[in-house]
Formats: sequence, structure tokens, C-alpha cells
Amino acid sequence: MIPAAFEYYRPTDLAGALSILEEHGDDARVMAGGHSLIPMMKLRMADVPHLIDLQDVEGLGGIEVSGDSIRLGAMVTQSDIINHAALTEAAPILREAALQIADPQVRYMGTVGGNVANGDPGNDMPGLMQCLDASFTLVGPDGSREVDAREFYEAAYMTAREDEEILTAVTIPLPKGGYAYEKQKRKIGDYATAAAAVQLVKDGESCSAASIAMTNLSDTPVYCEAAGAALVGTTLDDAAIKAAVAAMLGGIDPSEDNRGPIAFKTHVAGVILRRAIERAWSRA
Amino acid sequence: MKDEITRDDRVANLKGMGCSRKRVEDARFTQGKGNYVDDIKLDGMLFGDFVRSPYAHARIKNIDISAAMEVPGVLAVLTAKDLEPLGLHWMPTLAGDKQMVLADGKVLFQGQEVAFVVAEDRYAAADGIEAVEVDYEELPVIVDPFEALKSDVVLREDTVQDGKPVDGAHGPRKHHNHIFTWEAGDKEPTEEVIANAEVVAEETMYYHRTHPCPLETCGCVASMDKVNGKLTLWGTFQAPHAIRTVVSLISGIEEHNIRVISPDIGGGFGNKVGAYPGYVCSVVASIVTGKPVKWIEDRMDNLMTTAFARDYWMTGKISATKEGKITGLHCHVTADHGGFDACADPTKFPAGFMNICTGSYDIPTAFLEVDGVYTNKAPGGVSYRCSFRVTEAVYFIERMIEVLAIKLDMDAAELRRINFIKKEQFPYKAALGWEYDSGDYHTAWDKALKTVDYDGLRAEQAQRVEDFKAGKTRSLMGIGLSFFTEIVGAGPVKNCDILGLGMFDSCEIRIHPTGSAIARLGTISQGQGHATTFAQILASEIGLPADSITIEEGDTDTAPYGLGTYGSRSTPVAGAATAMAGRKIRAKAQMIAAYLLEVHDDDVEFDVDRFVVKGAPERFKTMKEIAFAAYNQAIPGIEPGLEAVSYYDPPNMTYPFGAYVCVMDIDVDTGVTDIRRFYALDDCGTRINPMIIEGQVHGGLTEALAVALGQEIAYDDMGNVKTGTLMDFFLPTAWEVPNYETDYTVTPSPHHPIGAKGVGESPHVGGVPCFSNAVQDAFRAFGNTHTNMPHDHWRIWKTANALGLHD
Amino acid sequence: MSNKMHIKMTVNGKEEEFLAEPRELLIYTLRERLNITGPHIGCDTSHCGACTVTLNGKSVKSCTMFVAQANGAEVTTIEGLGTPDDLNPLQAAFKEHHGLQCGFCTPGMITRASKLLEENPNPTEEEIRFGMAGNICRCTGYQNIVKSIQAAAAEMASAKEAAE
Repeated sequence: MIPAAFEYYRPTDLAGALSILEEHGDDARVMAGGHSLIPMMKLRMADVPHLIDLQDVEGLGGIEVSGDSIRLGAMVTQSDIINHAALTEAAPILREAALQIADPQVRYMGTVGGNVANGDPGNDMPGLMQCLDASFTLVGPDGSREVDAREFYEAAYMTAREDEEILTAVTIPLPKGGYAYEKQKRKIGDYATAAAAVQLVKDGESCSAASIAMTNLSDTPVYCEAAGAALVGTTLDDAAIKAAVAAMLGGIDPSEDNRGPIAFKTHVAGVILRRAIERAWSRA
Repeated sequence: MKDEITRDDRVANLKGMGCSRKRVEDARFTQGKGNYVDDIKLDGMLFGDFVRSPYAHARIKNIDISAAMEVPGVLAVLTAKDLEPLGLHWMPTLAGDKQMVLADGKVLFQGQEVAFVVAEDRYAAADGIEAVEVDYEELPVIVDPFEALKSDVVLREDTVQDGKPVDGAHGPRKHHNHIFTWEAGDKEPTEEVIANAEVVAEETMYYHRTHPCPLETCGCVASMDKVNGKLTLWGTFQAPHAIRTVVSLISGIEEHNIRVISPDIGGGFGNKVGAYPGYVCSVVASIVTGKPVKWIEDRMDNLMTTAFARDYWMTGKISATKEGKITGLHCHVTADHGGFDACADPTKFPAGFMNICTGSYDIPTAFLEVDGVYTNKAPGGVSYRCSFRVTEAVYFIERMIEVLAIKLDMDAAELRRINFIKKEQFPYKAALGWEYDSGDYHTAWDKALKTVDYDGLRAEQAQRVEDFKAGKTRSLMGIGLSFFTEIVGAGPVKNCDILGLGMFDSCEIRIHPTGSAIARLGTISQGQGHATTFAQILASEIGLPADSITIEEGDTDTAPYGLGTYGSRSTPVAGAATAMAGRKIRAKAQMIAAYLLEVHDDDVEFDVDRFVVKGAPERFKTMKEIAFAAYNQAIPGIEPGLEAVSYYDPPNMTYPFGAYVCVMDIDVDTGVTDIRRFYALDDCGTRINPMIIEGQVHGGLTEALAVALGQEIAYDDMGNVKTGTLMDFFLPTAWEVPNYETDYTVTPSPHHPIGAKGVGESPHVGGVPCFSNAVQDAFRAFGNTHTNMPHDHWRIWKTANALGLHD
Repeated sequence: MSNKMHIKMTVNGKEEEFLAEPRELLIYTLRERLNITGPHIGCDTSHCGACTVTLNGKSVKSCTMFVAQANGAEVTTIEGLGTPDDLNPLQAAFKEHHGLQCGFCTPGMITRASKLLEENPNPTEEEIRFGMAGNICRCTGYQNIVKSIQAAAAEMASAKEAAE
């Protein structure tokens, strides 16, 4: 498998990267770890005449944990997330999810920015970021803007990012309470059959806040506001969880593939969400 | 000091049969110094690769290569039109069928080879492929063999003449898309027994299409030396000599001018037995360009085109008395071969050894009928870690036993026990024709059940079912059983040949003056460790240390003719040849020893590493001394040198067997399985290297796990392959695989020189039904009889759902 | 071809400089340009790990990296892990414990294992299985690979202790 020839650029600053993007428009793509893009190029399913490698661009790395938020540079890898103690303490769900992505080698290369920006419904970080109410920093020729993760995804591989913009960072409000990232897959390296990201806050015996998002059950990640709402104010009894699951099922739209038919995926989505809620609650 | 070396020390020093000798291959492999075909780099070497069909069935109206020829670095684009004058646009398959080398007017499966682009490097070849323009006219696609047998659509135009189907290689066709019918056993008596039986169980099962998928794909380097007229062909060949003969037959190059070399092979599992269009095109391209040409598949090419396995629709009827004594077995198979019948079975066995499907049981009457069918799928039907369909046969009978047990409301272990062929019945003539050489099934079964505490497991399972019904758990427990009898070591020349080549094998030994040796064989290792184990056989036979014996395979210029390595035939056939050649060496050594010791030949006897004078063990000549004498003494009546060659035609197949138990937990809500325990008892006769046997068992079980639990080549209705990459084609990682417990009994083969039977494929053959039975057993208490593999999450979920186990 | 780049990298301690098309995959650079044929190609889509090398301290699949990306990098392959006279403990342990059969996955497997043990010198069986899950072996069923890595870890620990 050999990709078509391309021009390669390795700019050292964002301005440089942006100017190449602007010059070549649709013909240019930025690349972070490359583990989504390169296989597509090798299969000649992605045609990229101008490839902009972001590895040397200054300011795209770094994990910052402050009192109220977390900032992940776009080039932070899954492996960086897994091995960052302060991050794990502040938002353990990130590590739990990152460990379920691909395999060790891919996690050394795969980045947060690439994972959220690509718009692949199989990627785990988009749903996770929706659950955490993260926002993405997009920098373009006209400056920078913030887009909520919950507003970012339009369809498979279609996002709010304009062609000439680069996603530079992810900002996450410091999560509170219990968490779980639950994923069913066929094997290591597979996308989710169904995955659920859950973050819950417990106040006394009842749930005071809940956030839920699902992965690979639609052509975008699915943030399930109603599912979270169904839990708030309850003690997470069976009826509440059933209500949350029912609300979630109303929001997903899985399609049949090698992982199974729609009925199966729908059922598993419910099971996975229930397990995620129960685990998150046990940690809240 | 010398006196302190005991006989046991001398035995140990040989590192002969029975010891876990470390592998001699590993030094190079662990240091990155293996030499696989893609490691070969020759001066001026070109790269060839295929334009492949995106359609499963289409007519080719035109191929325009002009743009491709403009791509810098592209030197040639071959199409069927270029091959036709050479008669190479079609080639024979090893199954008596023929196969297009490059699409001759139409394509029959997605991924079929349409044109061969030859370029200076891989990059130019890839760009050239993109630039070839093929004009296709789509034709109706048939992916279902039953539909194929009803359809008016003619898939293969060579199957019809004057509107009627013409005879195929194995007799008359029932329909233009029908390939062959093959029968074994007695039809009417079997039908009669079943019709009058007290109990009959019936089941239809689909053994899905899958692929051997060795980690190294197929490939070759062809180099035609026009000065000397010699063709050298390196490649991933499990049968290098057969490939040489095939190349000679189809190319017209005299066989002595062809040298085929199998370098290190990165796993075969049956994928690398057949001849593929890439080999032929590389040879032609080398002849055309005068330069060496390399062709290497990528993984997608591999999964989509070369060598699928299985794809058997099997319908069985098994009859028994009320007490569970089996009286008859009927089996019908519809075999989907795709566009060409490209399996590699012995000529007289178009469905391989499917007629071993009476398994380990004393079944007095049986009948088997197999119909081969063409469809718009990739060609093949190869033996994936399997001796010619024995995997299908064992799956069939081990499922039928379970289905019968359900019908009888009997324990499946007990049902097996009362039907096993008894030890004293061997050699046992089975109803479908084979004569089993030896076995002790009851001992193996009892040992297995005792080790796993079978009764305890059943009690635990019953408790689990109760807990499940009481709502205390959502997990069920399955106990998978299988008892298999393999049939390996093809085979006796009287009934086994491929393309007319008898399936003997060979070994040639040369002892060097200083007491070391080289032995060459007609087989070729693909990971089995032949260089280690064949030296062990020889060490025990000729009394020289295994460490002093080089084993060489795979070069047809130097190795004696043999049929190669597949179907677990290396130890049964080439291993026997090795022992026999060793015995010829020993016979001559005996004469030399007697001469040196100045006694009569009959007055010396072999003892570990020497010949001793009978009754006077202090008078001896070591084999090392004898070797030197063979080269420096003028011995009256004896030629100098110490060499031997043996071509071994086995009198019978060998019949390894084993008893496997799998304990599995199943999450009813998600379909996720967890293998808690797997116990494998193998009896492969005499054990040459226990370490290697254990490794083979681990590997075979893991491939069985994959096939049973998710690995498949799936097509959609348009004939598109849905599982073309390792994202979707299930190869388990270390994370998905359990630890296995291995065990053994030893029942030597009575006809094999060292009593060995072969083991490489047993764990796959026995493992698949064991994993599958575990899944099905978990649902037995809820009314499940049979569900088809692969038991991936969604199919298990579907089973549970159909049984009403979800609210 | 048209747009060749000037590439510099250090492979197994040796500085290499050459012109290459940016699309050249690192695995082919190693295998065909530099004749370092230990790493292999098994799947082309970053699932099997046969092409695993260590690049700037990370285990990476060299079939999913363009040579242009590796410009300036430091690369170690199986050939750089040990010598015939001074084997890496993993190389010895794989032989001792039958951690390989056809050998095709072995260079990637050992290269990955070396990084795993560097990061986690005393892994549990579960950690080994999880940490090696990016490398597929079709022959061994992994049981003896796990055993080999455990043995190498023990060997490295005792060598370290002896040195201290």
C-alpha cells in the first residue's frame, strides 16, 4: 500500500502552517500523529497533495492543569495523557478512556487534537470531550475562536472547523465527581461497538449533576443531555437509570456494520451506559 | 574422567528425540537476521503489482494502459492478451481446475488480478496501477452457492458447451455452476439405518469462510538469467518442488533450468501451498524485461484473493439407539469454492479428507456426499492449519455429537465415551474407508475429564443456570468438549497425489569426515522448527549430536524431491524419510565399525553414539570415529564416504487424537466471552521435542479461538469483501488470548519408523469445535441446539435474544 | 521522482543521510534503503506491529510513518538492540522460552518488549499482555512470549542488582 505523492511541509510556527493551508485550500491537510490519515492515504482513499506535519509547530503541546480547567495542546498524545499524574488526578476519565484507544504503539503517536478534529465517529475522544463539556480552540487566518465540543460535530468527518483553520487546543472545565468510560469492542485496536462517557456528581444520596455522551452510535458523537437530566435529583435507582438509558436511546442512530446489526448495538448501548453510570456512581 | 561419562550423559549429549532442545533457528530470528522473500534484493530488481477488479462479476470491455505507461518508472503493463500467446493467461490449480492468471475477458471475484504493472520501484508501480483504465460492464453477482446451483447465470463459460454443462475434473456437473460431486461410504444402507433408527438428530451448519492469514503475506522474486537460460524463483512456497514442476509444466522451461527457493517463511497455515497469478506474472515479467521482478502482496490483497479456507454448508443426520449407541451418520456438504476450485487436495480427494467425519466413534454405517460450487468469491478452499478438510470434518462430527446428546437428553461426555472406538479395535477400519492406525481414546478422555474435574464443572454450571434464572447473574457458563481424531501425513502414493506427483517425501544425509552432518529434506519449515527437530530424529538414529547436524530445506537445486509442508505431513512423511535415511547410514556404519573392530558385522551393535562389540562394551567405535574412517580407510567391499538418501512412501496416514475442554463465561447482555480455562490433551504418538509440541498447541488453539469467535471473510450481496483489513479480520492479540494447560498421552503409530504422528494442526482441528461447543453449551439449558460460527459478540447476543434471555 | 527531500536520521547509532520522496514509508526506508530488514510488514494498516521500531523513545509502527516525519529522528530497530556476542536479555529469553516460531513478528515483538520493560521493568502478566497488544503473533498463542518477557525482566533485574 503506497500513497500518492505529495508535497511535505513541516512548519515551525502556527502562522507558517496557516499560510500553507490558506494557499492550498482543499488540497492541503494538517497531520498530527497521522494514524488516521496515513492509512487512508495508503489505501488511496484520502488524496492529500499538500501535507502539513504539525510536529514542530510551537505551542501545540503541553498539558496544563489549573484550579478550574485543563488545557491539552492539540499535539498531546494518548500516551502523554496516560502518563501524566496531575492530569489523572484532576480528570481520571481521560486516562481511563485513553487506555481503551487502539494499542500502545498507536497511543504514542495518536493525539488529542487529531482524535477530536478528524470527525471520525469511531474516535473516542469526541464523545469524551462532549461529556466533559470541553471547548476546542480553532485558529485561522482571522484569528482564534472557541467552539464547544457539543457544537463541533456535524456529520461523519464534517465538523465546525473551516478548511483553513487548525485545532490547537482542548480546554476542559475541571470535572467533578465520579466518572467512567465504558467501551465494548471486539479486540484491541478496534473502534467501539458502543462506548459511554459518564461523569456524575453525588450530593448526599442524590445525583446533583450528570453528563453523558456516547461513541460510535451515530455519525457523530452523541451528547445526551436528556439522559443526564434523567439522573439529576434521583438516587440513581433503577427507574432513574432506565429513564437515562431510554433518553440516550432516543438520541443515537447506529448503523449496521461488522460489529453487528442495529438492534444489537442499541441493546449494547443501553447495557454499556448502565454499567458506566453504575461505575461512575460508585466512584462519586 | 572418561569413565565418568555415563550412558545417560551420552544420550543427553546427543539432544535427540524426546528432549526440549532449544531451536537453532532462533538466533537469526531474534536478531533480525531472518531471510524472508521480501528481504531479497537483487541488482536491477523491478517491482510488479496488480490492477485488481473492484467488481465481483463483470465483463472487461477494454483495458487502456497508455496513461500507465507514461508514469515515470513504469516499464510494462501485462494483460491477459500478452499472456495468451504464451498460453499463460490461465493456469492449472492444484485441484484439477484451471484459473485465470489475468482476467480473460471477465472477472469472477472482487480483487481478481486484471493487469500486472512492472516498474522500477514500488512507488512507480503503485502510481502505474492508479493510471490503468479498465472499462467494466457489471454482471449479476452470486455469492450464495445454493443460488448458484439454481441460477441461469453462467459464471464460468468453460463449464458449458452447446448449452449443456460439460464434465469437470472430477466427473459430470449437475449444473453449469457445479464443480464436482464426491461420495464416500454406502448410501442406501445408511439411509435405511437412519430411517429405522430409534433416535435421529439432524442439523445444518455453516462453517464460515475464513483465511489462514500468516503474518507474512505471499510473494516472490523471479529472476530469469537469459545468458544461462536459468530461472530462479524465490517465494513463499510451502511446496517448492511442486511449484518447480508446475512452473515447468506451464512455462515450458525445462525443469532442470528452474531453481525454486523457499527462504524463511513467515507462517503458512495453508496459504502458501497453491500457485498464484503473482508467481506466474513475475516469471513472465522477468523473462520480458530480463531483470529480476519482485511481487509482494499487501494484506488486503492477501485476504481478498489468495487462499480462503472452509465455506462448507454441512447437513447431517446421526442415528442412535435410545441408550445412545450411534448406528449411522449421513452428511451432505455444499462446498463454496469461489470463482475457481483452487484447493490443494490430493487428486482423488476433491473434498479432502472430509470422509474422516465419522470422527473418533465406532459408527458402523455412514455416507458422505459433497457438491462443489462456483460463486463470485475468491478462489480456493485451502487447508487452513488442517489436513485437507479434516477441520470441517471434526467440527461436523463434534457438533453432531452435541446435537445428538441434546436429543437424547444425555451428557455429551458420556455419549462420546460410549461410542469411542476401543483400544483393542485398532487398526480400525472406518465406515468411510480410512484405517485408523492406533489410538487409546478412553484413557485420554478419562484423564482429561478428571483433570478438569468435569463433574464439578457441571455442578457449577447447573448452579449458574439457577442463579441466572433467579436474576442473580447475567453470566452463563459454557463447558466446551471436543475429542478429535486427525488424519495427517498425506500420504501413501497409491491414493495420494497432487497433479500426479505422489505424496512421498525425502531426506538425504551426508556425514562429514569429522563427524558432523548435513541433511536435506523435501519439506520446508514455516515456523515449525524443522531445523531443530529433524536433527533430533537424526541424532537418535545415527548417534551424532543434533548440534552437529545442519538441516537444510527449500532449495530445489540441492534438496531431494518432496511434496512440502502442509497437512501436518512433515513429521509423518519426511520425518520417516529422515529416520530411514539415518538407518541406512547406520547400516553402513555398522560394517565400518565391524571392520575397524575386526569382528563380524553381526557382532557389533548400536549403542547411543557408537557401535560396541556384543558382550564387550569396552570395545567400541564412536560414530565420530566411524565417520572419519569412512573417508580415510580403504575398506574392502565398502565404498568410501557416508551418505544416504531415502524416499519414504508411507504405508498409511497417521491418526493423532486429543481431548480438549474449554470453560467459558458468557455475558448474555453483550455477547462478550471470557475463556476461563482451556485444557488440551494431545496424543501425537512419539514426542520428538515437547517444547515445540507445546508451542504448536498454543498456536493452533489460538488460531482456533480466532476462527470460532470472530474470524471470517465476509461478503455483502454485491460480492464486496467486508473484512479486508486487520481492523475487521479478527487476529487476536495477547490481550484476547488465555493461557492454555497442555497435557499428553503417547500412543505411537505402529507403521511410522519412530512412531510419530504429527501435531501442528491438531490444536486447530480440535480447538475450533471445543470453543464453539463451549458457546453452544452455555445456552443448552435454555433450548439452544446449534448456532453457526463465528461466535462474535453480536451473534452470541442474537442467540441469547432468540432464546428470550433479554427482557 | 519529483520532489525528493534531504533526510537525516540516526539509525541504530549510525548517522544516515539521503534523498527520498516524502511519501516513502519509514519501514521501506529501513528495509530497502538502509538494508535493515529486521522490521517487517504484516498488515499495512498499523494493526500488527511487525514493523515496530523505537523512534525518539517511543514504540512506533514504521509502516504508518512517512520518512519525512522521521527526518531528524533517532531510530532503533531489532538490529540495534544487541549483538551476537552481547545479546539483549529479551533476545536470549525468546530463544530460551520458545517465544517465537516463524520469526516474522519477532523483531517487532522484541523491540516493543524492550520499550515496555524500559518503562515498566517489573510488569505483571496482565501488564505484559496489555503492553504487547499492539503486536500480533500468528504462531505462538502468546503464552511463551509472555513467559519470555517475564524471564527477560527477571534477568535484567538481577543484572541490575549485581551491578549495584
